[in-house]
Amino acid sequence: MTDTSKATETQPDVDRGISLVPEIGAHHDASSAHPVVFDAADLSVYYGSFRAVRNVDMAVHQHEVTAFIGPSGCGKSTVLRCFNRMNDLIEIARVEGSLTYHGLDLYDRDVNPVEVRRRIGMVFQKPNPFPKSIYDNVAYGPRLAGIKTDMDDLVERSLRSAALWDEVKDRLKSSAMGLSGGQQQRLCIARAIACGPEVILMDEPCSALDPIATGRIEDLMTELKSQYTIIIVTHNMQQAARVSDRCAFFTTEVNETSDTRTGLLVEYDRTDKIFSNPGDDRTENYVTGRFG
Amino acid sequence: MALTTIAVGGRTAADRVREELTAGGGDAAGKAFQAALITCLGIALAIIVFLLYDVWGDASEVLPSRLSGLLSGQYTASAGTAGIFNALRGTFSIGAFTVLSFPIGIAAAVYLEEYAPPTRFTRLINVNIRNLAGVPSVVYGIFGLSILVERFGSFTGGATPIAAGITIAILVLPIVIITSAEAIRAVPRTLREGAFGLGATRWEVIRTQVLPYATPGVLTGTVLALARALGEAAPLLLVGAIGERLSDRVGFFDPEGLRKPFTALPIAITDWAKRPLNSGFFQNSAAAIVVLLAIVLVANSAAIVLRNRFEKKRG
Repeated sequence: MTDTSKATETQPDVDRGISLVPEIGAHHDASSAHPVVFDAADLSVYYGSFRAVRNVDMAVHQHEVTAFIGPSGCGKSTVLRCFNRMNDLIEIARVEGSLTYHGLDLYDRDVNPVEVRRRIGMVFQKPNPFPKSIYDNVAYGPRLAGIKTDMDDLVERSLRSAALWDEVKDRLKSSAMGLSGGQQQRLCIARAIACGPEVILMDEPCSALDPIATGRIEDLMTELKSQYTIIIVTHNMQQAARVSDRCAFFTTEVNETSDTRTGLLVEYDRTDKIFSNPGDDRTENYVTGRFG
Repeated sequence: MALTTIAVGGRTAADRVREELTAGGGDAAGKAFQAALITCLGIALAIIVFLLYDVWGDASEVLPSRLSGLLSGQYTASAGTAGIFNALRGTFSIGAFTVLSFPIGIAAAVYLEEYAPPTRFTRLINVNIRNLAGVPSVVYGIFGLSILVERFGSFTGGATPIAAGITIAILVLPIVIITSAEAIRAVPRTLREGAFGLGATRWEVIRTQVLPYATPGVLTGTVLALARALGEAAPLLLVGAIGERLSDRVGFFDPEGLRKPFTALPIAITDWAKRPLNSGFFQNSAAAIVVLLAIVLVANSAAIVLRNRFEKKRG
C-alpha cells in the first residue's frame, strides 16, 4: 500500500476534500507513489472574525509540484502561507482545523515557527533580494542557522541548483539589486535552497517576470522537484498545467449577509484530470476560460 | 492605407495631424505653479542669505582676527577679551547627553514599530509621543528645574550641565522616537518577509534587515534633532544656565565641570546680544552665532556623509 492510504487511515478527514470527485480513489492510489508531506484537514483561516478561507482539505505529496489556481482573492496565497506559518506574522490571523507536516501538527503549541520556516522555504511574488551582495544573500539563511564552514561551496551549490551560477559567478560580491528581475527571482530561489529546506513554497513567483524568465523558473521547478517538494500559487493556468503534478482550484463565495468574500477549495486532483476532466462545474468553467 | 496622400479639403492628413498636435499653447497653469514654487524657494533662500550676511557683518569685526581668543577666552566683562570657552564646554556636554539619549529613542521606536501589539494603549502612547514633540521647549525647562535641579538635585548637583543635558535629551527624545519610527516603518515589507521566510527570528530580522535599512533615515532625523537641541536657550535658562562669568576654571573635557554651574552657546549669544550696540559685545554675540552655526553644520555634514555611506551599502 502507498503512504497516502496510510495517512488516510490515521486521518479519516483527509479525503473529504478530494472526495468531491467520485472516481478519485482509484486514480489517487494508482499514481501516488510519493508519500504525503502536508495534510490539511478542514483548514480555515480567519482575519479577526472574518473567515478568509474555509474548509481546505488536501494532501501534498513529496517530490511533486502542487499548484494552487483560482481567481484573485480566493485565498490561494493565504493557504500557502499557512504551510510555513507566515500567517503568524499577521497579528489578527488565526488558523482553524488541522495541518500536519509528516504527521506532526504544524500549529501545535510546541512547534517553533522559525524552525518550520527553515525547513519550508518561501519564494515571493515580487523578487525581494536583500540589499546585500549576491553571495551574502545566499549565505543569509545558513549564517542564521549557525553554519560557518564551507560557505563558498554551499553558495555555489545553491546558485547552481537555481541555474544562476554561470551568470553571477564572476560578480558574487556585487549587489544583488543590480540583477535583472528574473535573475533576482532565481537568486531568491537559491537563497531558499541554501537553507536546505524540504519544501519550497512559491507565491506567484513569475508574475513580475517576462516570458523568458518565466520559462527559466518553470524549467527550474521541474528540475528541483526531484529533490524538493514544491507548492506554487499561480494566476497562470497554462503555467499550472505545464509544471504541476497536482492542482488545487480555489474560488470565492460571497457571504450575502456581510458582503464579504470567503475563499474555498473547490477541487484538488491530478493536474491532467483538473484540466481534462474536472469533477466540478466551477473548475471546468475556470479552466476553460468561461470564468475568472 | 496611405493616409498621408488623401487630401481632405485641400490639406493632407499629415498637415492636419501637424496642426492638431502643435495646437494649444503649452501648459499655462503648470508653468505658473512652477513659477510660484521657485518664488517660494527664492524667498526662503533670500531670508537665509540675508540672515547670514547680517550676522557675518557683525561677526567679521571679531572673527578672523580674534577667533582663538574668542574660543579660549573666559566669560569676562571686557568685550575685547571675552570668550565662549565655557559656553562651548556647556554646549558640548549638553550635546553629549543628547547623543547618549539617541539609543534610548531608537530602541523605543524599534519596540513601538516591531514589538508593540496594535492595541488602543499602543496608539495612545504613539499619539502622546507626537504631542510631546510639539510641547514648547520652555515646558521642558520647567520640568528640568522642578525635577532635575530640585527634586534630584543631589544627583545632578543642581543647576549643572548634567541637569541641562538630561533636560535637552528629554526634549529631543520624542523627535528621535518619531523620526526613527518613521524610518523603521519605511523598511519594505518584502524585506522582512524574505528574512522571516528564511527562518530568521524577529530579532534577527530587526538586526540584519530593519536596522541597516533604516539607519540613513534614523541618522538624518536624530542629527537634525541634535542641531535643534544645541540651539535651545529657553529650557537652559530655566534649568539655571548663568550668563555671568563662571568663577571656576575647568578644562574642556574635565568631568569635574559636569557638576559645576554652567553656561552654553545660546545663553552667551542672548546675553551678549542684550548689551549695548557699541559695547563690542554685540559683535561677540554675532561671532558666537557663527560658531554655533559652524557646529551645527559640522554635525549635519557628518550625518550626510554617514547617511550616504549607509545608503550606498543598502544599494
